[in-house]
Amino acid sequence: MNQQELIPHLFRSEFSRITAVLCKHFGIGHMEAAEDIASETFIAALETWPHKGIPENPTAWLYTVAKNKAHNYSNRKQLFTNKIAGQLKYLSASSVEPEIDLSAQHITDSQLQMLFAICHPAIPTEAQIGLALRILCGFGLEEIANAFLTNKETIKKRLARGKEKLQAENIAIELPAPPEISKRLETVLITLYLLFNEGYYSESNDNTLRKDLCLEAMRLTYLLIENPFTNQPAVNALLALMCFHASRFEARKDETGEMILYQEQDETLWDNALIAQGAYFLKEASQRSRISKYHLEANIAYWHTIKADTKEKWEHILQLYNNLLQIAYSPIAALNRTFALSKANGKAAAIEEAEKLQLTDNHYYYTLLGELYTGIDNERAKQYLRNALTLAKTNTDKQTIAKKLSDLTE
Amino acid sequence: MLIFRHQDGKEVASPEQIQVWMKQTMDWIGGIAAQNKYVLGNGLPFDDAKVVMTKDAKHVVTNGPFGDIKETIGGYIIVKADSVEEAVAFAKGCPVLQGEGNSVEVRKIAKGDGTH
Repeated sequence: MNQQELIPHLFRSEFSRITAVLCKHFGIGHMEAAEDIASETFIAALETWPHKGIPENPTAWLYTVAKNKAHNYSNRKQLFTNKIAGQLKYLSASSVEPEIDLSAQHITDSQLQMLFAICHPAIPTEAQIGLALRILCGFGLEEIANAFLTNKETIKKRLARGKEKLQAENIAIELPAPPEISKRLETVLITLYLLFNEGYYSESNDNTLRKDLCLEAMRLTYLLIENPFTNQPAVNALLALMCFHASRFEARKDETGEMILYQEQDETLWDNALIAQGAYFLKEASQRSRISKYHLEANIAYWHTIKADTKEKWEHILQLYNNLLQIAYSPIAALNRTFALSKANGKAAAIEEAEKLQLTDNHYYYTLLGELYTGIDNERAKQYLRNALTLAKTNTDKQTIAKKLSDLTE
Repeated sequence: MLIFRHQDGKEVASPEQIQVWMKQTMDWIGGIAAQNKYVLGNGLPFDDAKVVMTKDAKHVVTNGPFGDIKETIGGYIIVKADSVEEAVAFAKGCPVLQGEGNSVEVRKIAKGDGTH
């Protein structure tokens, strides 16, 4: 790997490791400083390596520089504190700075603890996702703005407010105590679930970025599985869900970046290794457990890894949606359930149920009605699809609906 | 609250028929949940059912409640309905009603603040 490739590659992985360890070391109030030290470390590499060549062990080089910069920072901080405290002598005597530990184990521990600190219910979910991307995944502001389809300034403010709030609340960087862990884990899982969805369903054209978001969400979820305290069934279920979805990553867009619908995907492009991993985590999740919404969604995703359109498959999916809606209603689940109903019990039954939903501000609702009426009353189907087209917001959705409409007209 | 009264399925139907009823019930509940109107529910199996009564100032425990009535409570669900009419409309879809003599009772739940 040459220099041009090596530094960005190292940046992605090492920036987040250094930042997490330094946050843990200095405390939640010093997130900004931790980021700065990590950034300055990479600037030093960019300045030094072109002249002196790439060091034998680039990571170790980065860690040494980061440690030195961190020591300078804590000396300045100490000096400042001492001055404020009226140069109290005992302070400097008693405060021997503990060593900054950049061992693999400590990096993992720090990242896991930071994950809990960042996914704290004190700050809004959007800020949690943004901070996770910055601090735990080493994404730049530009990339985060891209993923959220907004501008850099908005993200900058959002992250700054999040950090201030975490500091004001004096959130500890530690694993929550066992009685609290399940409750806090719920918030963490929601954030990781949304982070993954951000990548999977994002309208951003940057395919690499979208894939990176998904992979990072999976990596962070795996951090939770590696630790015995956080290796809980719902975590395994969530990772299974992510694996099943991610298995279709290569099959769901064509060369021009246009969405390929599930039914039209080339299943030879599905990633069987990821499907197998998903099945493994789903099995782990199901061993000793209360059924979470992630279990049900992972099971639904599992059935979607089987392409054949059997009645058995749709009956399973229907019952899973029936259960999912009982514990976690969402309009999209209600619509998907009705689609499964049409496959399992026939279109007539599904139309009757669909008409009760009355999700009249949702273009997926009209798309579904359009599909259900196709072949039964094509004029009505077209009318519904035209309604859907008026309500659709994204280009992908508009293209999909327009295609269905033109198929009907032919 | 929708309370189902019916005979013990195991005494009147084959396991296959019970499977069919189960699916119909799940689909019925799923349909209510898809409208975001479902709160919770429970099936009440007839196995090990007991009745505790007071007779001559003493507690008497019997197997039951299968004495005089054939149709006993087999389960219930709680729904969010805007009106009694809406709750009745949900009840009409209940698969239990396929059996002659079975019933679904529609009841309000006391709010716990003195009003109903």
